[in-house]
Amino acid sequence: MRRVLALLALVALLAATLSPALAVNPDEMLKNPTLEKRARVISAQLRCLVCQNESIDVSDAALAKDIRLLVRRRLVKGETNKQVIDYIVSRYGEFVLLKPRFETKTLLLWGTPVFIFLCGAGAMFVYSRKRGGGVGGRPLSAEEEAALSAILERADKRSE
Amino acid sequence: MIIELGHFALILALATTLIQATLPLLGARRRDAALMNVGPVAAVGTFALIAASFAALTSAYVRSDFSVLNVWQNSHSMMPLLYKFTGVWGNHEGSMMLWVLILAFFGALVAVFGRNLPHTLRANVLAVQGWIACAFLIFVLLTSNPFIRLYPAPLEGQDLNPILQDFGLAVHPPMLYLGYVGFSITFSFAIAALIDGRIDAAWARWVRPWALAAWTFLTLGIAMGSYWSYYELGWGGWWFWDPVENASFMPWLAGTALLHSALVMEKREALKIWTVLLAILTFSLSLLGTFLVRSGVLTSVHAFATDPRRGVFILGILILFIGGAFALFAWRAPTLRQGGLFSPISREGALVLNNLFLTTATATVLVGTLYPLALEALTGEKISVGPPFFNLTFAPLIVPLFVAVPFGPLLAWKRGDLLAAAERLYFAMGAALLVALAVVYFATGAPVLAALGIGLGVYLMIGALADLAMRSGLGRIDAGKTWHRFKGLPRSVFGTTLAHFGLGVSLIGIVCATAFSTEMITTMKPGDVKAVGGYEVRFDGMRSETGGGYRADVATFSALDGAGRVVSTVSSAKRFYFARQQPTTEAGIRTFGFSQLYISLGDPEDGGGRVVRLWWKSQVVMIWLGAVIMAAGGVVSLSDRRLRIGAPARRRSRTLARPVAEPGE
Repeated sequence: MRRVLALLALVALLAATLSPALAVNPDEMLKNPTLEKRARVISAQLRCLVCQNESIDVSDAALAKDIRLLVRRRLVKGETNKQVIDYIVSRYGEFVLLKPRFETKTLLLWGTPVFIFLCGAGAMFVYSRKRGGGVGGRPLSAEEEAALSAILERADKRSE
Repeated sequence: MIIELGHFALILALATTLIQATLPLLGARRRDAALMNVGPVAAVGTFALIAASFAALTSAYVRSDFSVLNVWQNSHSMMPLLYKFTGVWGNHEGSMMLWVLILAFFGALVAVFGRNLPHTLRANVLAVQGWIACAFLIFVLLTSNPFIRLYPAPLEGQDLNPILQDFGLAVHPPMLYLGYVGFSITFSFAIAALIDGRIDAAWARWVRPWALAAWTFLTLGIAMGSYWSYYELGWGGWWFWDPVENASFMPWLAGTALLHSALVMEKREALKIWTVLLAILTFSLSLLGTFLVRSGVLTSVHAFATDPRRGVFILGILILFIGGAFALFAWRAPTLRQGGLFSPISREGALVLNNLFLTTATATVLVGTLYPLALEALTGEKISVGPPFFNLTFAPLIVPLFVAVPFGPLLAWKRGDLLAAAERLYFAMGAALLVALAVVYFATGAPVLAALGIGLGVYLMIGALADLAMRSGLGRIDAGKTWHRFKGLPRSVFGTTLAHFGLGVSLIGIVCATAFSTEMITTMKPGDVKAVGGYEVRFDGMRSETGGGYRADVATFSALDGAGRVVSTVSSAKRFYFARQQPTTEAGIRTFGFSQLYISLGDPEDGGGRVVRLWWKSQVVMIWLGAVIMAAGGVVSLSDRRLRIGAPARRRSRTLARPVAEPGE
């Protein structure tokens, strides 16, 4: 149902906006292709605030369009990507960032993957030290290898 | 009348699940065969009753009986017959019915095909299935009853959501649920083993095919959902890291880990406790997904049914089952005997490594999905966790795993030779390097990362085949014998090869679609031509159309090759559904090789032009093709002789397979 639900979201949005237009329109695009490309990169990192879990780059909500235009205006002024994003955050709050910043309150978010991985790796290491030592034996000698392949040959012949 | 019968059947099913949940368990404790034998009868009875109830609901949909509230809300007499069927699960109540139907179906399968299981194990498994079914039946009957009548009956229904009026609805939810709910069987086996306090060979041999079957369905379900969103949403996105998507991805990741650890358990009797834990985790994540989607906690328009009563109810079920399972695990797991020893460099070691990465990946997705909820609940601060976060954290975990994948099957059990395995992969590595260099050379300006990604995909594909080549002795013995050995390889080997090969195919698709796709957003008038991905696209004109319940503006385009010849025509439309007053976008898609031309129609502009979005989606089909190959690997592996003894699908050959029940690889 998961995808269905995302689709439902889109429907809700389409119904909510008066003129259903999909995402970026030709009239909002910048003439300068480098700037436009940067605008798209920035847009993909900003959340459309009225529609959950869609970036403003793909959203067709009116607010998303406003922010898209805002991003482009700041870029034309000559701001860097970081400055533009900081400005949008100062206006709309951190909720707008699809990739949260690394700070105290997101420590667990960024840290958990590392923590879990290290714990798992550590457990693996301890386990292999404790129990892996028991695997004795030595590699097969040349004669044994030969004997083994002879047996395999015979098995092949028999089954043919 | 039929509706009331269906309703009563559902209530009766609740009664039989209560029997199924208690008597066999009691019988297993007292070693009372008569009580234990109640289990299979109750399980089959439950299934029959729920099936009857589901059939009653379906008949109401097919007959467009709008005196049923649920049918009135989600159907329309003018809908094509297919959508009248699929509309049954195109809503919360009906999809819960499908959920319990599949649950009962799996329970019945265990009952029917589990005759060769140890009696106490079968009784316990069926009892646990009974608990789950019982909990969800109470949920359906109390909070989501689809059989509520409406009086007076309206003349016409409110129509199924237009976006759901698609073939995707016929395939995606049933596949997804077969996957989700399929893991309930491995869960029940895990709980039964904990109740019994022991795990034997029968346990492992049973759990793996179930995990494999559920995993196969889930793989197809997710891939289908991804393709559906790709063509339906109108801009060709195929994965969004949306919480609802993550809810289905987490059981998949955990299920993949389970599949591999169950392999170790089956062959080497090692990792018992871990496998039990994974089985519990996987189904817990399935339950969590159900909760997230249906409770409304996602504060999102994605939420299915934002009735807080339902949320609280499912949360209760969640706490009961997950909490209960983990408590039982903590209590009983230490009593399970540990099995075979192995050195770190061995097939077992490789599979443990696989589990480490997959479990960490699962945890990453879980934390990313739940963190905003938890943070807001605890501090009131709102943050977003979206695609940039997941891409950044997921990739570093998945790349080393992919590098390790071809090594796994090449290492021997117990103690392997890493150098020898690497030598067998020289060819794969060389080919990968060559392809990566070729990409950099020919696709000027291609990002180095993309070239490396494609190289990694090639390495996965050839590396998967290297295992087959080695086992059949390619190059070491003469061709006839090689062929003979090749034919004699167990099916599970082919299954592994296919699954790993498919992984490489998907990876190449993902990398290419991300790095080499081009997009053009423009205004076109009839007769205009634009260049997209090596083709010229000509806008031929607009026409109007009416269909079942909608009217549409259809634009036709022609794809021209370099010489100006028409290669193909594409139509792209915007539809407007009357009953719900909703528009939808119907993208125009043409496949060229593995790539697609994707055209999405925008709004009319002043002056007669039309906003058109044109995409060249490079190698995008490989993403889903890879998933289908993976699923095919699952099916081939399921048909392995050694699994037939436990697999549900092979009734006749089971007796034949019994003498060779020992794992024979």
